[in-house]
Amino acid sequence: MQRYILSRIVQSLLILLGVLFIVFFMLQLTGDPVSLMVSRNASPEQMEMLREEMGFNRPILIQFGDFIGGALVGDFGMSLRHRQPAMELILERLPATVELAATALLIALLIGIPLGLLSGSNPGSFWDTLARGAGLVGQTIPNFWLALILIVVFSVELGWFPTFGRRTWDVFGMELPTKSVILPAFSLGLFTTGQLVRFTRSAVLEIKNEDYVRTAYSKGLKDNQIYLRHILRNASIPLISIVGVQFGYLLSGSIYIETIFSWPGIGNLLAEAIGNRDFALVQAIAFFASLVVVTLNLLTDIAYGLADPRIRYGD
Amino acid sequence: MSRILTVKNLVTRFYTFDGVVHALNGVSFHLDHGETLAIVGESGSGKSVTMMSLLHLLPMPPARIEEGEAVFEDDDGPIDLLKLSKPERRRVRGGKIGYIFQDALSALNPVMTVGRQVRESIMEHLSLDQKAARERTIQLLEHVGIPGAKSRYGNYPHQFSGGMRQRVMIAVAIACDPKIVIADEPTTALDVTVQAQIIELTKRIQDELGISVIWITHDLGVVAGIADRVLVMYAGSAVEISPVDRLYEHPQHPYTEGLLAALPRVGAKRGKRLASIKGSPPDLQEPPRHCQFAWRCPYNFDRCWASAPPLFEVGEGHYTKCYYDMDQERPR
Ligand SMILES: Nc1ncnc2c1ncn2[C@@H]1O[C@H](COP(=O)(O)OP(=O)(O)OP(=O)(O)O)[C@@H](O)[C@H]1O
Ligand code: SF4
Ligand SMILES: [Mg+2]
Repeated sequence: MQRYILSRIVQSLLILLGVLFIVFFMLQLTGDPVSLMVSRNASPEQMEMLREEMGFNRPILIQFGDFIGGALVGDFGMSLRHRQPAMELILERLPATVELAATALLIALLIGIPLGLLSGSNPGSFWDTLARGAGLVGQTIPNFWLALILIVVFSVELGWFPTFGRRTWDVFGMELPTKSVILPAFSLGLFTTGQLVRFTRSAVLEIKNEDYVRTAYSKGLKDNQIYLRHILRNASIPLISIVGVQFGYLLSGSIYIETIFSWPGIGNLLAEAIGNRDFALVQAIAFFASLVVVTLNLLTDIAYGLADPRIRYGD
Repeated sequence: MSRILTVKNLVTRFYTFDGVVHALNGVSFHLDHGETLAIVGESGSGKSVTMMSLLHLLPMPPARIEEGEAVFEDDDGPIDLLKLSKPERRRVRGGKIGYIFQDALSALNPVMTVGRQVRESIMEHLSLDQKAARERTIQLLEHVGIPGAKSRYGNYPHQFSGGMRQRVMIAVAIACDPKIVIADEPTTALDVTVQAQIIELTKRIQDELGISVIWITHDLGVVAGIADRVLVMYAGSAVEISPVDRLYEHPQHPYTEGLLAALPRVGAKRGKRLASIKGSPPDLQEPPRHCQFAWRCPYNFDRCWASAPPLFEVGEGHYTKCYYDMDQERPR
């Protein structure tokens, strides 16, 4: 197990290095980065000045070395627009994105797993039909479309939720979520919900036929004991990887959902940075998102190993 | 000896997409207190389906128990296992009848400690609290011969050897003092020495606890050493039932005779090929209309093709489903 964790850590670091490489050279591939940053009628002198200021006139390897060196300490340079370090901007927006992602995941778990369990345990039943429908809809409906519908119905018509923005409830310096997160989180978690329903359902259907489930029945256990203790417990191991990967995806920020709801998170920041051709910020966000995904995948793999005694006590 | 279980005319079918599988076509047998009944027969003959039908352990659908009764002598009178309510069925499973499955590696939950797998059965049937149930589990594990039972309580199945896992499986089956233990080929996955140990252990436990054992195997060689009586299954029927000595000396069904002839004998001449039964068992998708052994049987004659033979009594406690009298060498 230790060796496994170690090799996964090394692997993750290599991936991140690769990401840095891509993030850096993507900008170079565009030819002259400065020409992308300035307005079309800028004078050559202005461009030269900017080139000087950004260090683009130095040899490329030196620039890359600088970039890596900076990245290792979280320094991706200044945002052109905000005149503020890029990383600082990201960290400012992080709480909003975490709030949104965590709520989305929570909703997905609370809906997806029970529904998947109900449907897998009674295939062909009303619950099964419902769950299969929900799974399909969740995975095929575009989340921004659902977001708009939800806004029209629940915010505009019924007035239950704000139409946009994030409101928090400050208690002793902590920013606690309010109902403003519900609609964006539901829309964002839609795909994950669908995936969890479908995955839980098929895992339950498969595990139901395992020999050890028959053994559990032969002991005279009750159905709910068998489903929770034996079937769900075994299904939870592969579920861990889905949940981990999905959380990484949710956390790296959603441009659509955050923009539609004017949610002040990282996705929103990215949309803005792209619009402003704020390259330092785009690079920083791209790297940050990869960092989140890679870290979560690593943690997922470790959790997976810990949850499965065959791996935990294996070599 | 008094009866503990009487099974009559058990019919189980599987309704699959490819058609109906006639897995059991009227199986009848009984079991006495404290005895060991061996069930032998080739793969697919319905040994496991018979036993799982009794405890409702088959996947339903596709399985359906169509007919029959299975009367179990409970403490307060006889009950029909096939007509129990769900709670009654749970009381019988594990509490009255313990089940040992063939492959302990797949029959034990890989992510639950062996201790908990024994304990959960105890907590279900005996009114013990967690601590007492844990104590009992450790005693049981010691009893089935697991060294260092206390420290191995928290181990997972994959941390045990095959033989030790099967011992855990036995502990699960006997955890709540059942009246009957069904052992479904408990030793086929094990090597010969371990197999002998498991047989020895089962016999010891049976003597100590006075339980009745149904021992399923397709190895007639093992049967002689453990069973009081033998039931021979073929294509979903019990074709011969007999006390064990009589069966070896005096088989009364051509299929049994074939099985015995296929046994390697001590002192058999080297190089002499073992006889094996020619042909293959019937397609279970057809309902039986005549003797299902007819096209493999050296004695078959016209009546065998006209109807399926009923059960004939041919000696004390000895029954066969065959129209041909092998002693007299003529039809009955
Ligand atoms: N789930 C199922 N669906 C369809 N048919 C089944 C199912 N389970 C068992 N059967 C059929 O029932 C018949 C009897 O199977 P059973 O498992 O009782 O055989 P067995 O005598 O225990 O054989 P083995 O020695 O291989 O364990 C087989 O022919 C099989 O095709
Ligand atoms: S009934 Fe006929 S075919 Fe069937 S086993 Fe007996 S002799 Fe053979
Ligand atoms: Mg079997």
